[in-house]
Amino acid sequence: MSETFAVRELVPVLPEIVLVLGAMTLLMVGAFRGERAVASINWMAILLLIAAGAIIVLLPAERMESFGGSFVLESYARFLKLLALIGSATAMLMSLDYLEREQQNRFEYPILILLSTAGMLMLISAGDLIALYLGLELMSLSLYVVAAINRDSVRSTEAGLKYFVLGALSSGMLLYGASLIYGFTGSVNFAAIAKASANGGIGLVFGLVFLFAGFCFKVSAVPFHMWTPDVYEGAPTPITAFFAAAPKVAGIAMFMRVAIDAFPNIVPQWQQIVIFVAIASMLLGAFAAIGQRNIKRLMAYSSIGHMGFALVGLAAGTMQGVQGVLVYMAIYVAMTLGTFACILSMRRDGKMVEEISDLAGLARTNPAMAFFLAMLLFSLAGIPPLAGFFAKFYVFLAAIQAGLFTLAVIGVLASVVGAYYYLMIIKIMYFDEAARPFEPMPYQLKAVLAVSGLFNVLFFVYPRPLVEAASAAAKSLF
Amino acid sequence: MRGALHMIVYALFFYLFAGVCIASAIMVVASRNPVYSVLFLILAFVNASGLFMLMGAEFLAMILVVVYVGAVAVLFLFVVMMLDVDFAELRQGALQYLPIGTLVGIVLLAELLLVVGAWAIAPHVADVIAAPIPPFYSVSNTEALGQVLYTRYVYFFQVAGVILLVAMIGAIVLTLRHKPNIKRQDVSQQVARTKADAIEVVKVKSGQGLS
Repeated sequence: MSETFAVRELVPVLPEIVLVLGAMTLLMVGAFRGERAVASINWMAILLLIAAGAIIVLLPAERMESFGGSFVLESYARFLKLLALIGSATAMLMSLDYLEREQQNRFEYPILILLSTAGMLMLISAGDLIALYLGLELMSLSLYVVAAINRDSVRSTEAGLKYFVLGALSSGMLLYGASLIYGFTGSVNFAAIAKASANGGIGLVFGLVFLFAGFCFKVSAVPFHMWTPDVYEGAPTPITAFFAAAPKVAGIAMFMRVAIDAFPNIVPQWQQIVIFVAIASMLLGAFAAIGQRNIKRLMAYSSIGHMGFALVGLAAGTMQGVQGVLVYMAIYVAMTLGTFACILSMRRDGKMVEEISDLAGLARTNPAMAFFLAMLLFSLAGIPPLAGFFAKFYVFLAAIQAGLFTLAVIGVLASVVGAYYYLMIIKIMYFDEAARPFEPMPYQLKAVLAVSGLFNVLFFVYPRPLVEAASAAAKSLF
Repeated sequence: MRGALHMIVYALFFYLFAGVCIASAIMVVASRNPVYSVLFLILAFVNASGLFMLMGAEFLAMILVVVYVGAVAVLFLFVVMMLDVDFAELRQGALQYLPIGTLVGIVLLAELLLVVGAWAIAPHVADVIAAPIPPFYSVSNTEALGQVLYTRYVYFFQVAGVILLVAMIGAIVLTLRHKPNIKRQDVSQQVARTKADAIEVVKVKSGQGLS
């Protein structure tokens, strides 16, 4: 009767163990050494993220399961985990200079980022609903705290509170859906749910709707997007950069895994939800961003739109679709982090400025930054031959192959509308009266901007490694 | 005959617990004094744990009493008594939301009834049960949970622990403030005090006092 537990089951969980134990060690260092150790803790956190990535690369390549199928590691999880780790490590790197200048250097910040990243990795690998919920809560709880970490600022605390209350609500919906699914199928394991749900049934679909509502909140897809602009605007900028990259990867990863692994038998039922959410997100992302003056709010609407585009690939429900989403997320992370490197260097007289009009005439005051930012914005708009074009190309191709022509056409139209506000920023940078120059960029931001800019510009020269990795990852999910 | 009596007693206890539970839940919302609300909440918890007992889930029943009554409700009581929140004022606006709230509630209830009415457990459920529940006469609830909690579900157990750690770090990060001018007890400083720096003998001339 009694179950056994073997130590070899811990092997696939090694990256998570490294992150969590590392975070606890750094917490001890921080608690005893205090503010003096902050700089070294920041760098140690980045090293831990890199170490976790290295372990993921070194683990054997086949599919591994632990804890009775609660934890799954295959190429799909590997691809997305590496992406999430890159997102977290880069966001951490970009925040170093900001935290020092704004006197926000607190040792808890890198520790919360580490624990949140560990939650993302668990979420990506979750093989059943309990593991999924625990990973999600670990990720989100840390995010709520870092959103409010600048507790002397009203905007930051408001962002944290808003995020927390709405996040708790969405967790409730997700749990309600999960309990309905458990009640219907008698299991929380995805494979078992797939097996038990061969005939569908109203109870299962009811649970599915609540579950997907919770997912949509976490990836900030319409109609559960309302928190995004306020939280993005209120949170300190490097934390906004973090929010826009890694948690989105983890959210999309869980969305796809549940849809494909747990509900392969009722594809038409969830497909209509995903199609609606994708269309609504793309359109809202395109139209609502037009009137924005604050660049962080604009990026919030832009990320809502991009999640809509990524979900187009999932709506296809095919292997090409999943591959498209994986490529999309990789390119999205690169574009977003690069753009936030520019936003983080918008600093005048020792203060951050966030208005789009502050970028006026950047081409004259800082031509290199203006060029890279323009390339990133062109890429976000999806203009060939930049990386963003290929991202959209793969998801739309999958949608067309799956016969979803209306969805693809609406997507293309939304990206045309969306191009307007990206081009607007470029026009302000290149043709408007020059404003006063920004302070010089710190070297970390320069590095991030250069890498992401070059990736976007040169992706079309050699896209094979990323596309093939995504293809192998998509294959392992089916 | 004994079986029938057993059923009647069972049903009587069920309706007692369920009835008191619902009545006290209504009182939690309806009572004017927030302290009464919390006390009714405790009553609701205790009755819910009685319901668990009837179902043979004695571990859950005890946990409900220990955690929710012992810790959470007492914490609520502290908060209600310590914070000066005017609940009557908070509830002022509630009446104007009542019609739309009732409407939403009725719609949701109708939908739920439709779903539950058409409810059918999936046919293959018996094949997918991961860990069959041992019969209650062979092991107690607590033992059955203990058999899987640290083996099959060790991962969940550990991750739940990490989540609590994050909650703790978060609470400290967001609320701890180091005030510079506060007087704290410093034991080592107290021990290190000597007679020389603690006591000063002053000769006071009579009739003049200390200036």
